[in-house]
Amino acid sequence: MNAATRQTHAMKIDNLDRAQKDDTSEVAIRVENLDLYYGEAKALNKVSMTIPKKRVTAFIGPSGCGKSTLLRCFNRMNDLVDICRVEGKILLDEKNIYDRDVNVALLRRRVGMVFQKPNPFPKSIYENVAYGLRLMGINNRSVLDEAVEKALRGAALWNEVKDRLSENGMSLSGGQQQRLVIARAIALEPDILLLDEPASALDPISTAKIEELVNEMKDQYTIIIVTHNMQQAARVSDYTAFMYMGELIEVGRTNDVFLKPTVKQTEDYITGRFG
Amino acid sequence: MRNWYKSGEPWIWATAGAVALSLVAVYAVVWLTAARGLTHFWPKPIAEVTLQERDGSTSRLIGEIREKEEVSLIRLREQGYKIDSKNLFTDRYLVKLGNKDLTGIDFKWFPAPMLGEFTYPKDMVAIERREWGNFYGRLKAVKETGNVVAEGPVAWAEMEKRLVRSNDLFRQALRIAKSDIGKINYALERVRLRERKLEMTNELTEAAKANFVKERGAREAEYAVLQQRLELIRRDIERDSVSIETSDGQLVDIPLAKIADMYMPNAMSVWQKMGFYVHKFYEFVSDDPREANTEGGIFPAIFGTVMMVLLMSVMVTPLGIMAAIYMREYAKPGPVIRTIRISVNNLAGVPSIVYGVFGLGFFVYVLGGSIDELFFAAALPAPTFGSPGLLWASLTLALLTLPVVIVATEEGLSRVPRTIREGSLALGATKAETLGRTVLPMASPAMMTGLILAVARAAGEVAPLMLVGVVKLAPSLPLDGSFPFLHLERKFMHLGFHIYDVGFQSPNVEAARPLVYATALLLVIIIVVLNLAAIRLRNRMREKLRGLEGV
Repeated sequence: MNAATRQTHAMKIDNLDRAQKDDTSEVAIRVENLDLYYGEAKALNKVSMTIPKKRVTAFIGPSGCGKSTLLRCFNRMNDLVDICRVEGKILLDEKNIYDRDVNVALLRRRVGMVFQKPNPFPKSIYENVAYGLRLMGINNRSVLDEAVEKALRGAALWNEVKDRLSENGMSLSGGQQQRLVIARAIALEPDILLLDEPASALDPISTAKIEELVNEMKDQYTIIIVTHNMQQAARVSDYTAFMYMGELIEVGRTNDVFLKPTVKQTEDYITGRFG
Repeated sequence: MRNWYKSGEPWIWATAGAVALSLVAVYAVVWLTAARGLTHFWPKPIAEVTLQERDGSTSRLIGEIREKEEVSLIRLREQGYKIDSKNLFTDRYLVKLGNKDLTGIDFKWFPAPMLGEFTYPKDMVAIERREWGNFYGRLKAVKETGNVVAEGPVAWAEMEKRLVRSNDLFRQALRIAKSDIGKINYALERVRLRERKLEMTNELTEAAKANFVKERGAREAEYAVLQQRLELIRRDIERDSVSIETSDGQLVDIPLAKIADMYMPNAMSVWQKMGFYVHKFYEFVSDDPREANTEGGIFPAIFGTVMMVLLMSVMVTPLGIMAAIYMREYAKPGPVIRTIRISVNNLAGVPSIVYGVFGLGFFVYVLGGSIDELFFAAALPAPTFGSPGLLWASLTLALLTLPVVIVATEEGLSRVPRTIREGSLALGATKAETLGRTVLPMASPAMMTGLILAVARAAGEVAPLMLVGVVKLAPSLPLDGSFPFLHLERKFMHLGFHIYDVGFQSPNVEAARPLVYATALLLVIIIVVLNLAAIRLRNRMREKLRGLEGV
């Protein structure tokens, strides 16, 4: 990308209208000059942005634009890739999560993640939800029972599975599995929830349920959702960030980004001229 | 034709044919061993027949007809038989004559034209002796200390009663000789070792010496008592004998002490024969071998085989799984790990006898020798662990099957989806926690598969075992009531080696042949049972992981 877009982007952040500025006074995550390399290849280029607290932020953009990569930076899932290297800062409560003294396991408990393909463990529904809690050393049955129920209710799954908690999590339908995975994540009461294309492997009805769930959850969690589906971004998110070729092109209120994008690339993408 | 070829049908035929051929091969193996091995225990009728000898004289034969085959008359004439016939071929029969101590020959071929008509008199008796093999004839009388107590038709019932008694006494004597006296010998040996140990460290004081003498005295007193009891039983058991008339009318006295079993196959009903069959089969499975392994049971061999396989599993499973986890989960992929993987795969192809040589050279001589020097110096120069034994055999086989377990476990680990690992890590699990709580349970069926393959391979191995611990006849089982109960240094018997020994090293090949098949069948059964147990376990594990493709 060129200097012009970067300027526009910076301008955009400064040009947030008054209401929006108030809205974002509480910041969940601040990204500062983030570069990410896979070996020699640069996957993210000088990304800077703020993620507002208890709002839904959607990342959109064509395949390979780096939106999932950016998402996976927030809970350091990229650490698993040997050749991956990160420069710049991601500040969570004014603390850079890439600092040496950060406990990654604790970070991941605060920043939950749901993946594209439902990935319940081959254990019972109950044990799936209790997994993270047991990792924390909680084995008291009544505490677990309560937390599991709360998490399943939070993921709008309780009514469907309350009579068969001991069944294998794999026996649920795809949509149910995805909500089970969400329950598993929110059982740890995270601050932030990362959703990596959570509905792309699901049928329309299950997708609608997940979207509904996202709407319900945003009062409690900061949600960042990566999606291919622009309608979905428009429906569920408060803020939208458009990325292209590893750069953050534009970020703003969803309505603004979709209705009056300031950068031509955003407009082209949203109107379906490329991507 | 071309169209037929293009339709793909030949391909179906060829593949289906391959399946059919494999099935036939498997069934043939099982059927042959079962047919030959299992019929061995069925009581065979005893035939009586007149024989015309080469010099023209006639005599009577008693025996079991074992086989019949076609033979050329020319050959028989060359052997000196005078046979009038225009045919080119005739039959000849293999007869088990028994009475080896009298005739010196157990099995013999007779041409059919020289034999009269076969009759099967009801009063024919087959006697299984503890030495010298079977004896065939007619029961004439039962004697007590040389005086006749029963004769004629009542003799059989009297004999049966007395045979139960003598067998009972025999078992008592055996128990004393083997178990009780064995224990005393073992205790005496331990006393000797303790004394020798003190002597080597120059701590053998007069007081200690006196103590040892006392201990030894106590044991020897016990021994004397047992010896006396044994003597009494032996005298008691010698009391009865039976008088048997052989084929040539000679009367032979056989002490009941020498008789293991006696039966009249020609007089048995089908039900009685079935009962007899079950009894004989049970004896085969549960008894010790007799007469250079050609008679009696094979229990020590079964026990040794199972014991060794279990020990091998206990050793190879943790080692193989740990190695696979390191290679798949922790090691950085690169040329080093690739080389290691290739080496492991190649190890699976090394001939087993090479492992045997290695086991003997390294485990037995180097490791065992060092262990002896360090811990069993008192027993030297007699080796404890420095000679082939159960531990080294199991260890050698563990080494032999290690590649199988490693490869299978690695396969299983690589099939655990990335998404599952990420899911666990995203919940704040460390790598070790993810491995322990999710990945390893999911890979457990694959580990079981590895173990199943390892067991199948280990149970059938013979060649390396001959070098590292298997013997033709082991004096005692590796598991018994004397501390430390499991005697890893002892030599043991093995079904595979037993087959080889009975089949090739036996002094009486004809008698041993059915036993070879029966033992082979039992070996197959044991491997199948071990495998089925492991497969059941694996299926239970799989059931838990249901719905996950590729596990």
